[in-house]
Amino acid sequence: MSKIHVTTTVNGDPVEFLASPGATLMDALRDDLNLTGTKEGCGSGDCGACSVIVDGRVVCSCLMLAPEAEGRRIETVEGLAQGGHLHPLQQKFLEHAALQCGFCTPGLLMASKALLDANPDPTETEARYWLAGNLCRCTGYDKIIRAVLDAAAELRQERAA
Amino acid sequence: MTQLAYLAPSSAEEAAAALARDGARPLSGGTDLLVQLRAGRTRPAVVVDLKAVAGAIGVREQSGGFVIGAATPGAVLGEHAALSRAWPGVVEGATLIGSTQVQGRASLGGNLCNASPAADGVPALIAARATCVIVGPGGRREAPVESIATGPGQTSLAPGEFVLEFRLPPRPARASDAYLRLIPRTEMDIAVAGAGVNLVLDEGGRVAEAHVAVGAVAPTALLAAEAGRALVGGRLDDAALAGMEAAVRAVCRPISDKRGTAEYRTRIAGVLARRAALIAFERAGGVR
Repeated sequence: MSKIHVTTTVNGDPVEFLASPGATLMDALRDDLNLTGTKEGCGSGDCGACSVIVDGRVVCSCLMLAPEAEGRRIETVEGLAQGGHLHPLQQKFLEHAALQCGFCTPGLLMASKALLDANPDPTETEARYWLAGNLCRCTGYDKIIRAVLDAAAELRQERAA
Repeated sequence: MTQLAYLAPSSAEEAAAALARDGARPLSGGTDLLVQLRAGRTRPAVVVDLKAVAGAIGVREQSGGFVIGAATPGAVLGEHAALSRAWPGVVEGATLIGSTQVQGRASLGGNLCNASPAADGVPALIAARATCVIVGPGGRREAPVESIATGPGQTSLAPGEFVLEFRLPPRPARASDAYLRLIPRTEMDIAVAGAGVNLVLDEGGRVAEAHVAVGAVAPTALLAAEAGRALVGGRLDDAALAGMEAAVRAVCRPISDKRGTAEYRTRIAGVLARRAALIAFERAGGVR
């Protein structure tokens, strides 16, 4: 079966790759584009480790076929830090020790970014519901929620300045 | 993952022709299909992505009612203010499905045609008396939502047919709906039972029209017609609600599994229908 030529944008850069038609976006990111920050957890949309942002919406990249990426705008964890500076979410995850093994972290960062893009001032309840599709077996979630709310406060301050 | 061809036609007719081929499966949000592909439960030769088909994504108002593109993601429905005002129950059903990530992709068309008995998007659509616009090799037809699923994973769609859009009837004043489901936690689970109730009140605040539908209590979501009739003519007094609950329980024929016993599901379906009726009544401006 022939491969499908896909033209898309990843973290602001135009990219092209040849997708096996049965490959997922996660497969293409990791295996064709060498962007291995996106993790495969369950592979069935339950754990959120593979979360990326597609056209402004957070999705599980394991639940999207690679050819569906044609013409889309994709954001992955590799695009979060800018010019050698960590994104406030990354910085706050470090400060609050919101990770231990780190496997869920790229997905949680991307889901959190989508939250703060849509809602710069979420309540704790809103943040917990938004992130219900991201499983973490290390932290117990509380540190993650503190980090996200703290990053939201910092981003609001940056915007106001 | 198996090798398969991928097509993304832009016209409904092309999509129907592609779907009529042997081994073709439709794709909308993919939140069920990709899981089935990975598990090897389906091995299609070709996946036909319906999202580029004109009309498959988006919400529009037409002849006083809403038309919902069958592949529209749940998150888009939840953000649609006018639809959420007119049909809060339909939107509740759609937006209860899965996580934020799943909401970015999962659609009512996929939820209906995946034909899970526990599909959260379906009971409120049935209670709304919504219809499906179905496109196939032979042209277009319109059918009630409750006629699509025929059993777990089974639909009445002929080869090549797919659901392009849902049509909701015009909404009079003093009308609203609600959908409730029971899960043992607050997020990320599959319904033990679900109930959608759609009410239209008359000028005196009495129920003029009522439709009740239940999910996860039979091989398909069901319209409980007798339950709706039990609510008509009054203001949801205790006797009417008790009659409605009994009528709901009478149509339930659930299985017992790890999510609940048949007895529990039957009892809970009545409770959910009662609570959903009270919410829909209040939303419609009713006072008991």
